[in-house]
Amino acid sequence: MSPEIIDLLNIAFLTFLIVIAIAVSYVRDLLYAAILLGAYSVTMALIWLLMSAPDLAITEAAAGIGMTTLMIAVISRTGREEK
Amino acid sequence: MTDFVLKRMVALLLPFVQMFGLYVIFHGHLSPGGSFSGGIVTGLGLIAFSLVFGIERSEEKITERMTTLIESFGALWYGAMGLVGILRGTSFLMNKGSGISLGVPGKLYSGGLILLITLGVGLKVASTMVTLFTSLMEEED
Repeated sequence: MSPEIIDLLNIAFLTFLIVIAIAVSYVRDLLYAAILLGAYSVTMALIWLLMSAPDLAITEAAAGIGMTTLMIAVISRTGREEK
Repeated sequence: MTDFVLKRMVALLLPFVQMFGLYVIFHGHLSPGGSFSGGIVTGLGLIAFSLVFGIERSEEKITERMTTLIESFGALWYGAMGLVGILRGTSFLMNKGSGISLGVPGKLYSGGLILLITLGVGLKVASTMVTLFTSLMEEED
């Protein structure tokens, strides 16, 4: 890929990352927050891949999805509404 | 959860997910990934099984006592692999210096002890994920 396309993709992904990070703190439903964190980690994995760090990309994707699954497991026990 | 489509999809995908996790563990010294990410993928396969088919069903396949044993075995395995160097008369975790053949570069067997060490760490990470999940699900409120 040419450098301009990589720059454009980087800007797009980083903007998306900031939007998700702000949205997580505003969402009241905990299930939606956990799913948004999953989207955050997938975007972060794509950014690692653009930065030529596939090792970190695999770890970020696996650990992010794993933590999201564990959070959803906890939410299914405690209830979805934030107190 | 008793959805038919979900059950069939998990049954279809589970072998490939487990195989990919083991692939990432075993090729940790050649390609991206390693024992941590491969172990998480392997553990997530088991978690997906117990999420869809129910905890009782996954208790029949792999009991909590077994995951605890595998977890301890992973750490002990790492230590045992470290002791190989001491038994050969060199320092702890010594790989090539203790006379172990390193194999052909680029092939699967190309790191001496590293392959066995990553196997132990991968088993520990996978069983830790499963233990975390089951203890979170079975916790009393």
